[in-house]
Amino acid sequence: MFEIDAKGKHFRDLNAEVREAVDKGEKEISLKNVNGQYYIATGLCGKLDITVEGVPGNDLSAFMDGPTVTIKSNAQDNIANTMNAGKIIIHGNAGDVLGYGMRGGKLHIRGDVGYRVGIHMKGAKRQSSTIIAGGTAGDFFGEYMAGGVLILLGLDSEENAPIVGDYLGTGMHGGAIYIRGPVEQKYCGAEVGVMETNEEDAKILKKLLKEYCEDLDLDLDMVMSRPFKKLIPVSSRPYGNLYSY
Amino acid sequence: MNHDFQKDIAGCGLTGLISKKRNRVSGGIIAKSLTLMNDRGNGLGAGYAAYGIYPDFADFYAFHIMYDAQSARFSVEEYIKENFHVEKIEEIPTSPVPEIAINPLLVRYFISPLKEKITGPEGEEDFVVNAIMKINSEIDAAYVFSSGKNMGAFKGVGNPSVIAEFFRLEEYEGHIWTAHTRFPTNTPGWWGGAHPFTLLDWSIVHNGEISSYGINKRYLEMFGYKLSLLTDTEVVAYLFDLLIRRHGLDVETACTILAAPFWKDIDDMDPDEKEAVTALRQTYSSALLNGPFSLLFGHKNGLVGINDRIKLRPLVAATHNDMVYMASEESAIREICPEPDTVWAPRAGEPVIVTLDD
Amino acid sequence: MFKSQALPEYRATIDTDKCIRCKRCIQNCGWSVYSWGGDRVQIETSKCVSCLRCYHYCPTEAIEILKEETTYKPNAYWSYNHIRNIKRQAETGGIPLMGMGSDREGIILFDHLLLDACQVTNPSIDPLREPMELQTYLGKKPSKLEFKHDKKTGKRKLTTKMPPNLKLTAPIIFSPMSYGSISLNAQKVLARTAKECGILMNTGEGGLHEDLKPYTSNIIVQVASGRFGVNPEYLNAGVAVEIKIGQGAKPGIGGHLPGEKIPLEVAKTRMIPVGTDALSPAPQHDIYSIEDLRQLIYALKEATNYKPVSVKIATVHNVAAIASGIVRAGADIVYLDGFRGGTGAAPGIIRDHLGIPIEHALAAVDDRLRQEGIRNEASIIAAGGIRSAADAAKAIALGADAVAIGSAALQTMGCTMCGKCYTGNCSWGITTQRPELTARLDPEVYAVRLSNLIRAWVHELMEVLGALGVNAIESLRGSRERLRGIGLDAQTLDILGVKPVGR
Repeated sequence: MFEIDAKGKHFRDLNAEVREAVDKGEKEISLKNVNGQYYIATGLCGKLDITVEGVPGNDLSAFMDGPTVTIKSNAQDNIANTMNAGKIIIHGNAGDVLGYGMRGGKLHIRGDVGYRVGIHMKGAKRQSSTIIAGGTAGDFFGEYMAGGVLILLGLDSEENAPIVGDYLGTGMHGGAIYIRGPVEQKYCGAEVGVMETNEEDAKILKKLLKEYCEDLDLDLDMVMSRPFKKLIPVSSRPYGNLYSY
Repeated sequence: MNHDFQKDIAGCGLTGLISKKRNRVSGGIIAKSLTLMNDRGNGLGAGYAAYGIYPDFADFYAFHIMYDAQSARFSVEEYIKENFHVEKIEEIPTSPVPEIAINPLLVRYFISPLKEKITGPEGEEDFVVNAIMKINSEIDAAYVFSSGKNMGAFKGVGNPSVIAEFFRLEEYEGHIWTAHTRFPTNTPGWWGGAHPFTLLDWSIVHNGEISSYGINKRYLEMFGYKLSLLTDTEVVAYLFDLLIRRHGLDVETACTILAAPFWKDIDDMDPDEKEAVTALRQTYSSALLNGPFSLLFGHKNGLVGINDRIKLRPLVAATHNDMVYMASEESAIREICPEPDTVWAPRAGEPVIVTLDD
Repeated sequence: MFKSQALPEYRATIDTDKCIRCKRCIQNCGWSVYSWGGDRVQIETSKCVSCLRCYHYCPTEAIEILKEETTYKPNAYWSYNHIRNIKRQAETGGIPLMGMGSDREGIILFDHLLLDACQVTNPSIDPLREPMELQTYLGKKPSKLEFKHDKKTGKRKLTTKMPPNLKLTAPIIFSPMSYGSISLNAQKVLARTAKECGILMNTGEGGLHEDLKPYTSNIIVQVASGRFGVNPEYLNAGVAVEIKIGQGAKPGIGGHLPGEKIPLEVAKTRMIPVGTDALSPAPQHDIYSIEDLRQLIYALKEATNYKPVSVKIATVHNVAAIASGIVRAGADIVYLDGFRGGTGAAPGIIRDHLGIPIEHALAAVDDRLRQEGIRNEASIIAAGGIRSAADAAKAIALGADAVAIGSAALQTMGCTMCGKCYTGNCSWGITTQRPELTARLDPEVYAVRLSNLIRAWVHELMEVLGALGVNAIESLRGSRERLRGIGLDAQTLDILGVKPVGR
């Protein structure tokens, strides 16, 4: 384990140190006393384990392609921006615009997330993205969602308490959102259909949540103990009638 | 009509704190929080506002004035002496810092209006506001950048730590602080363009751009405000002044106007609230702040944080004992409060209103 | 037969190879251009107005309507229209009448205004995925509000009494067009659409026909100088009352609906005998000054238990002061009808030479009301040449609360702006009372087309707001900072209160 003390360091210096360590072949890097430094693990590739102690700054793991990043506290905005592969585990809360355009990899958050989470996340057969948030979410959850899987658990909320904001899945045209709590159609985007989960969904959820629970030391049975709603786009071209000839 | 102005635009970071029990905190603390967000600014503007810093002159309006020319000082002081009792005049203490080569002349005045000058229906505060409008719009090279009682703004061109050092901020102690680092993309060389913007004891720091600036400005002009500072943040300070001081609305209602709920949500409100908010949106439609913003609004009784109604700019809040912190980034809070009791992100348009204990 | 020296404007042609002698053109033409010659269709081309009804209904595409190429010797000073009008006047001794708004060439300010958009420093907003509000209230607003707070809960309760306001889902309404000037079916299209889209139509001064009663929650009733169809029931039927002082196409003059256009239904609705002329005096003879207007405004408010009152004027030179007077007289809405405003019939000399464009007028009025601190006292409706959602957006940015559209609405019913409304022969069944023509205009079918237009403009306005980075129409209203003028002189820019492009 290669340790770097981030205390008082500007992000340029800190991230240069990280890249230097990676270039030297370090595979496990621990960043201590982080507070607010931007761009940690941004653009990093390959098999790496990076642990962050303290609150990392914005644009954590942007464009990241492979590494696993573990945050032991809260994290800020714009995490996993256009991420390609790898995993981010956040033990606390995270902010707005998470996983913007994320093409692959996993973002596992224990706590609450902010606005516009999973915005335009993507997924295809060969490569797909997953975001799982354990708490509640703000408005525009899954906005423009094009693929992948977005899961919201509401682990700290009462059963039947609302756990997600307004404009849920607005602009959604691919992928699936699973909400472990109530979903009102009036708070969903016009393109979104809300349905009950079936056995196939249960299999997908179990597989994804097993890994999530292992990462965050949670009990899978407890997590699976409440019903999920599934949201999918009901039309892949919801705006067909919008334009004149 | 004054439409031939060049509007300023800027991006930013902000932070603020309040001790509900009025424990006074050194300016060095808030500077430390702000300095963490250096990269949200570009070194071309930073500033601070503090409440409770002038206890010995608490009954006087503390005018902070910047002058770009000595002649302006003569004109202003002549005007002030004609209209105000002057308790004290002094240059604002500064320290030389290598990053600041040129700075305006900075002078503060502890003054109170001469009673016999206040004629007609207007009150003392209107008189003071009119005096500020007059100096700012009619006397070249003079700008009142702070005017409240027992509070003051300190701002200029430079990054957060430079401005703090220049104004010797650690020598001030206040129970409310707000601070701002700026990323201006236009008219960057003017000290007056930095935040906070203040009027009487209102102070505003603001991140984002007010896309509705054009109509907000014209609305304020209807009420006699002269918008001279070339930036959208100015409208926020004046809107709070209009809504709270002149129209007598409470802080929460002012926030309902500035970041109004959507009609579809108003439809779901209980009848009284629906009636109230519908009337607010009808009556104060030109005061709606549209576009991305988060802002901190300081006043003599407390601190308010609010962001726009679809949350296009960040705002994080935290508490620790009697302290409440609000900032663009959680790390800026943790820099000065490593272990807060609670940390949360306020929802879009939902104000965090903190009031000082009596 | 007398042959006019006024040249025909169009040449109607039929390709005899394609023609299958179905005679649909003969049936469809309201102007009797076509007649049956025994073995083929005969054409009297001088009667053609290029309304294109025959073209659209010819099943074999055999018909072409061409611009008549025979013309007077081109003269840069004596235009075709000058010469042709002199011929017409020489032959008749009369005033040339015109239908629709002025088509005069000249600077069109809307086309010299450009809207802003967001790049980087503030984000644009996606109108399809995120909220976008066009909801608009027309009427007087207080300048400030007062509340009381519950001592226990702290909950606020409004104590200010709100003046009545008209709720619109979008800042677009239909301009007044009376039954008589247009057909009942055309009015039904407007009424159905207003209801469907949550906006308003306006009866014009021809009274309210029985058939429109289901739509009265979306109707403004008009009171004009002829007082046709006005009684207490009428005044209270709609959501607001409008006093019509003038019309953009014919400021300062009255109207004259000839007796032959007053069949039974029109007569009943206007409350006049069948076949008598319906004269609208030039002024309202109870309004010779501003205090008289106030008297009528309050008479209508008393008669309606204080419904909002709109005052419609043509925009003339001194429009700002006039509008200020109207607001101070107690109007809730000021309806400004600009130089390009439409009409069924107006003397050409009036239509093309009197009044000022809506863009200047709107800017001047909005400025004036703000300078006087009374902009909240009334809403402003801008009308007179709103051709598109772009014009609407620019008018709103200049200061309008809403725009009114007439010609654009009629175009969805088939109107091609041929401008011969005053003949009563409209082949599309719009500006006619001939039953065989009006029957063509199926309100149900055409209300769908008009609703489509409103929906399309709503989408366009949302796209503009999104590009401007605002999500409520009130953030565009009067926000002239978001407009720039291109190719305009300094004085015009000053009047409009907009900067030139590049500044």
